[in-house]
Amino acid sequence: MDTQPLIDRCERLYRDIDLGYVQAWKQRTGGKAIGHLPVYVPRELIHAAGLLPVGIMGGGDDVEIIRGDAYFQSYICHLPRSTVELGLAGKLDCLDGMLFPAICDVIRNLSGMWQMMFPDKYTKYLDFPQTFNDAGREFYRLEMAELLLELEGLSGIRATPERLNRSITLYNANRRALAALYDLRAAEPHRIPTSELYLLQRAGNVLEVSEHTAMLHEYLAAARVSHRPQRDNVRVVATGLFCEQPPLSMVRAMENSGCYIVDDDWVLGARYQLGDTPVGDNPLAAIVDAYMNGTVATATRYVEGDDKGAFLVEQVRRRHAEGVIFAAASFCDPALLDRPMGQKALAEAGIPYTAFTYSENTGQVQVIKEQAGTFADSIKLWGAVS
Amino acid sequence: MSSAEVLKEESMVLQKKMLGEHFDTLSKSRENGRKVVYTFVPGNLNELILAFDLLPVHPEVNALQSGMRKLSGDYIQEAEKHGHSEDVCTYVKCDIGMLKKGNIGPTGEKLPPPDLLLLSYTGCFTFMKWFELLKQEYGCPVVMLQVPYQADGRITASQRAFVARQLRDVVVPALEQVSGKKLDEDRLRELLASSARAEDDLVHVWESAKHKPSPIDAYFGGVYYIGPIFTAFRGLPVCEQYYRSLRSEVDYRIAHGMGPTTPEGELRQQKYRIVIEGPPNWTSFREFWKIFSDEGVVMVASTYTKVGGLYEQGFRHDPDHPFETLAEYCLGCYTNRSLPTRVDILAKYVEEYEADGVLFNSIKSCNSFSAGQLMMLRELEKRTGKAGAFIESDLVDPRYFNAANIKNRLESYFQMLEAKRQAA
Repeated sequence: MDTQPLIDRCERLYRDIDLGYVQAWKQRTGGKAIGHLPVYVPRELIHAAGLLPVGIMGGGDDVEIIRGDAYFQSYICHLPRSTVELGLAGKLDCLDGMLFPAICDVIRNLSGMWQMMFPDKYTKYLDFPQTFNDAGREFYRLEMAELLLELEGLSGIRATPERLNRSITLYNANRRALAALYDLRAAEPHRIPTSELYLLQRAGNVLEVSEHTAMLHEYLAAARVSHRPQRDNVRVVATGLFCEQPPLSMVRAMENSGCYIVDDDWVLGARYQLGDTPVGDNPLAAIVDAYMNGTVATATRYVEGDDKGAFLVEQVRRRHAEGVIFAAASFCDPALLDRPMGQKALAEAGIPYTAFTYSENTGQVQVIKEQAGTFADSIKLWGAVS
Repeated sequence: MSSAEVLKEESMVLQKKMLGEHFDTLSKSRENGRKVVYTFVPGNLNELILAFDLLPVHPEVNALQSGMRKLSGDYIQEAEKHGHSEDVCTYVKCDIGMLKKGNIGPTGEKLPPPDLLLLSYTGCFTFMKWFELLKQEYGCPVVMLQVPYQADGRITASQRAFVARQLRDVVVPALEQVSGKKLDEDRLRELLASSARAEDDLVHVWESAKHKPSPIDAYFGGVYYIGPIFTAFRGLPVCEQYYRSLRSEVDYRIAHGMGPTTPEGELRQQKYRIVIEGPPNWTSFREFWKIFSDEGVVMVASTYTKVGGLYEQGFRHDPDHPFETLAEYCLGCYTNRSLPTRVDILAKYVEEYEADGVLFNSIKSCNSFSAGQLMMLRELEKRTGKAGAFIESDLVDPRYFNAANIKNRLESYFQMLEAKRQAA
């Protein structure tokens, strides 16, 4: 099967800053849509309340920033300014509300700006627990119960246990399909170009979950039997890209630099939770437990104890990677503050790494390609440092 | 009043003595068997720490003092040599650099390593990463107190319960373990009652700026006034003594129509009354202050001096409900307030302190304060009709303090204030 039409559709969705799919979905179903910023929101809750969750990841490199820059100093990352640009330009008008998950101080403050800019729209800051004990669990349960109540008020649809269980089932299937793609890419990276996997994931920001899962399965089936040449590339993990997204040209440059990206943390929300959420009598508690008991150790989540960096080292080992690329958005506090700790863990494990910064509208990707290429060459020549 | 006389003011002498004794005690903590807790200023649990007879260290305070002593530039570059990004908080890098260069404190004595890192995660995401980094450096235990953000402009029952429960179930056991003592709640109540008395006097000092001329500078002077109550002394008799003394000095100045003390002497001619948002620059603190005092500008209210508590809004530590009051204190700090609430606070300051304008000192490495400030400025100008100004600097990175640029901007701003006044 030719996957190109499917990938072409994903790219059209990715570049559609007017959210045409969302507008059509609303017209077709009469339902409402809720936008959410990275890194993670429990989309099952939004879905169970009859709303379409829409991932907003800034404007990428297609949006010219005219008004957004007037709201932020030069030392603030790019994502909030392009998000404000989209909002002020009316591109997000089809969204009936916006969720701002606790990522960092910038996104936290953006939630307050949004309250002032769009006073008639539903705006919610989601505080996630950083203490993974009973107190944190109870706090999170109350936060999620409040969110669900507000979403129900917005949609007029009650998220019954049956509806919640159905949504959990659909998102479990989506997570599994995505995990299968990641596993196949790690095992046989030549079969799944990273730029295609990236676009498939971005499509999940807007598509209704069942449609997205079907798309992933369709691609997976084709990828398993695809005939693409296997290159003598170096296997790397890319990390630090969990919030502001790299432009597609940068993703392509990285994979054309002699690197097979065998794991990454972009568009992380769909893979944030490790494993399934069980269906059962108390689905809300199950969603809470899934968060509390097992998510990826990204920079926005507090790591207790002595195992800072252990998740990254384990990721490298599990994926049989030969090195790590730390790619952080410029001025991204979580990624950049986390980086020395990740690098220390890698150095102790004898795993080579390189680091650079980018922004969502980085135009000059040649430098990044050269740096990634040099890194790949150095691994080929000298292997891992010991 | 001359600057020589300033040095004789009782509260200043007392604060200097308090700090000297504290750092001396810290330097001898090992030989005296005292345990040390590193913690942050916003949402600090000083009464609880003192109830266990532990000694607090505040890394932000060490960093700002390094800035004032012109040491921070080297410390920051040291941290950058160890892989820390140019883009991140310079308090963190200054602290890491200071540690790498021997951890010599503000009084020239070596600071003891922490026995516990008490991560009061209030109003600033970077705090969490900071103590993850220090955990790797020191290898000591960390206890986290998560303080939810007041996104809707109010403290909810679940937020208060969450913080109080963590205090009881997590923080107190950790402090008991490190100190080897059980919590004495009566002692905690005594400390909290003392805090409330000092807080009364501090509010009196803040509100004195409603007088004309203002007897205080609520920013450049204010950063000294918050020293004892935001750090190691809140809850102690000496802290109460400091604020009684400060209050008397301020009352004396009111009675005699005097202005605040600046490094150049008393600010007698007060041309403009300004409300200021954001922390100061510490590396050129005196130079920064002088730009204002030379122009007869007095800061009548500031938000930075509220990062450790907004007491003028009515909050007092309540000895009858120790855990709930500590929870409320943590939740109420300025940077834990939503942006619309911060605009409300500033607008109220402009009105109540009869300010001529609002100035934002936007700090490069403090996104908790800085992100959204340009919108706050627009909203304030719209709501108050007062002229606003925006300058940029940094906390402790001397590379980001451009005196000429800041002075030019401020001179234009003061000319605009004058023109508005003439036109009125």
